[in-house]
Amino acid sequence: MKNNGRWKKTVKILFARKIAAFSAAVVLLFIALAVFAPVFAPYDPNYADFASYLQGPGKDHLLGTDNYGRDVLSRIIYGTRVSLIIGVFAVMIACVAGTFFGMIAGYFGGITDDIITRIMEAIRAIPQIILAMALTAVFGSGIRNLAIILGISSMAGYVRMMRGQVLTIKQADYVMAGKLQGNKNFRLMFKHILPNSISPIIVMMTQQVGQTILAEAGLSFLGLGISAPTASWGGMVSDGRLFLLQNPVFALTPGVCVAVLVICLNMFGDGVRDALDPRLRGEV
Amino acid sequence: MEHLLELKSMETCFKTDGQLVKAVDNVSMYLDPGEIIGIVGESGSGKSVTMMSMLQLIGSPGKVTGGEVYIRGNEKNMLEYGPNSEEMRHMRGGKISMIFQEPMTSLNPVLTIGYQIQENIMEHLKVDREEAKKRAIEMLKLVNIPDPQDRFDYYPQQFSGGMRQRIMIAMAMSSEPEILVADEATTALDVTTQAQLLEMIRDIAKKTNTSVIIVTHNLGIVARFAERIYVMYSGSVVEMADTKRLFADSEHPYTRALLRAIPRLDDPKERILIPIEGLPPNPASRPEFCPFYERCEYRMDRCRECSKPGLQEIEKGHFAACHLSEAEKRMKAEEIAAKEIKKAPASKAGEEICLDVKNVRKYFPIYKGMIRKKIGDVKAIEDIDFYVRKGETLGIVGESGCGKTTLARCIMRVYKPEEGKIVFNGTDIAGFSDRQMHPFRKKISMIFQDPFSSLDPRQTAESIVGESLILHKLVKNREEYGKRVDELFRIVGLDPALKYRVPHEFSGGQRQRLGIARALSSQPDLILCDEPISALDVSIQAQIINLLEELQSKLGLTYLFIAHDLAVVKHISSRILVMYLGRVVEIADCEELYSNTLHPYTRTLLSAVPVADPLVEETRERVPIRGEVPSLTNRPAGCPFHNRCDKAGERCRREIPRLLDAGENHQVACFLYNQ
Repeated sequence: MKNNGRWKKTVKILFARKIAAFSAAVVLLFIALAVFAPVFAPYDPNYADFASYLQGPGKDHLLGTDNYGRDVLSRIIYGTRVSLIIGVFAVMIACVAGTFFGMIAGYFGGITDDIITRIMEAIRAIPQIILAMALTAVFGSGIRNLAIILGISSMAGYVRMMRGQVLTIKQADYVMAGKLQGNKNFRLMFKHILPNSISPIIVMMTQQVGQTILAEAGLSFLGLGISAPTASWGGMVSDGRLFLLQNPVFALTPGVCVAVLVICLNMFGDGVRDALDPRLRGEV
Repeated sequence: MEHLLELKSMETCFKTDGQLVKAVDNVSMYLDPGEIIGIVGESGSGKSVTMMSMLQLIGSPGKVTGGEVYIRGNEKNMLEYGPNSEEMRHMRGGKISMIFQEPMTSLNPVLTIGYQIQENIMEHLKVDREEAKKRAIEMLKLVNIPDPQDRFDYYPQQFSGGMRQRIMIAMAMSSEPEILVADEATTALDVTTQAQLLEMIRDIAKKTNTSVIIVTHNLGIVARFAERIYVMYSGSVVEMADTKRLFADSEHPYTRALLRAIPRLDDPKERILIPIEGLPPNPASRPEFCPFYERCEYRMDRCRECSKPGLQEIEKGHFAACHLSEAEKRMKAEEIAAKEIKKAPASKAGEEICLDVKNVRKYFPIYKGMIRKKIGDVKAIEDIDFYVRKGETLGIVGESGCGKTTLARCIMRVYKPEEGKIVFNGTDIAGFSDRQMHPFRKKISMIFQDPFSSLDPRQTAESIVGESLILHKLVKNREEYGKRVDELFRIVGLDPALKYRVPHEFSGGQRQRLGIARALSSQPDLILCDEPISALDVSIQAQIINLLEELQSKLGLTYLFIAHDLAVVKHISSRILVMYLGRVVEIADCEELYSNTLHPYTRTLLSAVPVADPLVEETRERVPIRGEVPSLTNRPAGCPFHNRCDKAGERCRREIPRLLDAGENHQVACFLYNQ
């Protein structure tokens, strides 16, 4: 297959770095938790045992219970699902839409470019969390809506990056060669421009997953994200902060989980960037 | 006699992928006071690295691993001092000055040029600011910068490329160095500017008794300017002799092959270029034996068995690194001469006209301010009028900025000309929309200058070459597609087994072959070649030129061959069109143009091109040219060339001369010939 060697080399460089390899392992662990949540979770996350509410960590409940007597550990494991699903889907929506609009804006230029760029500037001018709050207020929450809303509100960055990429690559001789051979606009864009401008987008994606998870946790914390009783990390922190004295673990562990996952995703993203950029790996 | 500068057994290694690669391998050279020497070699031959090693400018991952450098007045080996020592800093810039290739980046854009020269003088000559300024202005005068007093306070971007290189020379000479190293100093410049600058360097050097080292890949330049020449190949010096002897009686097979491979301006039309087959060895996997063995026509089994040959004195002052004895070489030379050289039969130009360009004009608007108000035009090309017959090659020459590329892009209909007709095979395509152009795309193809940027790095060679086949539905099914791609690979001399590779796995020459295969894939009638060989190494150029000629006669192609290298254009073209500042100044048959040059600009252009033969160089007529190409935004009124022309009269300043017939199929735009 084409480019096989290149990808192999990139992966090799990526995992040769201890930090990148370590963070990849942590991320994989979280993914496994999310996928096999029913296997790992000792209890049903929504089973309320009012008899044993707000217990500290103990033998029955490793991380204790919350104010409804639900097992914190199980809720955290199920919360991983929510975080990762929203993180991944929101980033995918942002990336696909952003790349598409960015490519069109950069390729056609002129009025198309002006319209797309102005809209994206307007989106960027509003802080993401506030924009997302406004959108959830209108469209309602839930996993699907949250993913779409977070995707749209973080799309502008991709548009801008892709537009810049396309503006440079459009100047390359091979793009002109493609045009002179009779490629139509969209074929030229998808066959010649897209593959050559995608690597910074991939880097941006890996780095954005963490940001999005953070944003989702923030929304859930504010009560605008995942609604009860579905377990989500942001929501758990929000609930737990009222009972910090009775069971501090209840509020702290989901916070720590968010922090660890986001840090590891960011470090992994940095690793991907270094591995993909020939200048940083000392080849050019 | 003691030499001014002497390098002994220099060795420089680079560490790549954990492996030590010798970029410079046992190079020794010397330089006498007041002498001008040339170092020639292809890219990667180690000529620049040798110079950088001498000055200890090699940075990680490179390292000077051995050798000695002696400079007159200092007993000690200069390499024993650290790279940042007081002695080395005094040597660099003080005793040895260097001019680099890129005049755009070697001056600091945020400081005035005067300040930069002044600093250099104060640093090395230990004089005060006033004194330094006086000297800086003197230096600017020496390199013919007009109004040096005022220009002292200008910033680099206010000068053209040629001017900046003059300033670099002024700066280099300002510290009264004993040696000036010009590392490809004129490669990025146009031929007329190049000739002006090199002549100036020579005059200044002779006046101040400075020694000069010219590092270049251009054999013509060293033939014209150098007194003694070192030829480098794959990190070693393979031959050294004084200029006349080297060209008249070269000893090393590489030098001989090189001279047979490069086209020369004074060539007869039927001269056949004999390319050097293969590629220079990759320094990482260089064999133990002679590095030229694989490509050598003189090779014998002995060469493979012995270790790498060292330099041997063949006659006084003439060294070559070859195992073969004189008698053996003579024998081999006869053998080679006896070999039949197959020449592609010259293609026959038909009477039919393939492309007829009439009165084409293209302006680019200049906008300014918030509301993008149009304030003027860049008059890129005007009144372009010419035709190309089927099966012939029309060469288009001119210096950078003369509108060659704009013209090509108008013909390819990347740009839409403001005015004029472009009649291709009987259809005027000048006003066509993209959709209307589509069927014509397959009939006109293009070969690009840079083989590295013109191939999509993410596509396989197969899909690059085969793209047109799919776009224009030239093949019926997958099987036919594969067959046709293989055939195209074979036509351009590539192994079809390589078709699953991506472009960066090919060498420069191979990539250009891919570009040619791509251009051929849709079976075009007309191919525009935009400087197709200028990015390639000299030993590869002949391969590509021969391939283009062969394809033309085989497939009956029509070429528009755009280049600034007049020797190459002369070799390949049947007719030549000369452009200056967006206008056609002369069109003639190839031989006619060179033997009966009419336009004063063409004459200066031709005389500026150095010929790789010192004997010819001595006898050639020089037509000096003054000034620089004016900017396209304020083109002089009247004849565009009048302010640089010695023969310009009153009429030239007022009227624009039209292209008129001067007999013998020769057209010229000059008032001297159409009273």
